[in-house]
Amino acid sequence: MLKENEINIGDTHTATLVEDLKRTQIVQYAGASGDYNPLHTDEIFTTQIAGYPSVFAHGMLSMGLTGTMLTDYVGDGTLMKYGVRFTNQVWPGDTLKSTATIVDIRDQDGERVVDLEVVTTNQNEVPVVTGNATAKIES
Amino acid sequence: MAIDKFLIEASHIMMFARSVGDSNPIYHDEDYAKSTELGGIIPPPTFAQSSAQFDPEYFLRPKVGGDGWFGSGKEATGSKPSSGSGGGGGAAMGLHAEQHFEYHLPVKAGDTLSATTKPGKAWEKESKRAGKLKFSESVTEYRNQDGDLVITATGVGVQTERAVDS
Repeated sequence: MLKENEINIGDTHTATLVEDLKRTQIVQYAGASGDYNPLHTDEIFTTQIAGYPSVFAHGMLSMGLTGTMLTDYVGDGTLMKYGVRFTNQVWPGDTLKSTATIVDIRDQDGERVVDLEVVTTNQNEVPVVTGNATAKIES
Repeated sequence: MAIDKFLIEASHIMMFARSVGDSNPIYHDEDYAKSTELGGIIPPPTFAQSSAQFDPEYFLRPKVGGDGWFGSGKEATGSKPSSGSGGGGGAAMGLHAEQHFEYHLPVKAGDTLSATTKPGKAWEKESKRAGKLKFSESVTEYRNQDGDLVITATGVGVQTERAVDS
């Protein structure tokens, strides 16, 4: 858990989420999440029927990877809110980096919390996930 | 969508955490997890999405003994996809646009959740990259074995007119 006397508005935490994303990791996510949409695992369907250049990651895989960075920073079981927008697709071969920025430190329902902005970008600096989160902190 | 029993199980959590690149022992090491304030293995923040495993009607999973799966086999596609649902990733031209979670109470391995989903707002937008976009929201409430609301998940799905230009 973050400690209030150790953080400031504007503080950031950055992590590399994945380097050279493999199709197998996308398959792994399909199996674990139960989302077997062929757009993510079936190259033939995705290129010949859906018209995409290749399979691509589930949005929820990008959100899950980003969540790993987030909980590594704010601590386990402290999140009160986590929401994202999927702004660009994530493709096999992508390398993703994610940053959380503290934008507010405040009270909510009698607890001290931080608000964070979250952005995950690919190797071309294009944002793939943008969002925000709120986590409990130790006062 | 309604799910009667979404079992929160340690091995499922371990597999899910692996798939999102998370090696945190709180997701797979029971001895470690018990030694923390949380008192046991907990699911990662986006784990509620895997409740799809417990939805008997979930349309993005080939059904046992069923036909009509739209992925490739002998041909590039098996059949027409059935109708999409907000936030679930959609069908052939459906994508996930947004996802939001609110965590009300802790969830641990060993819990049994139930879930009910209601449609939310719906709206349309024109885009250069994919033509007409039809957005639809769905709100899922997860309750634990005591009937207490633990997670609210809001998904926004988008049906695009054509494949998104990258």
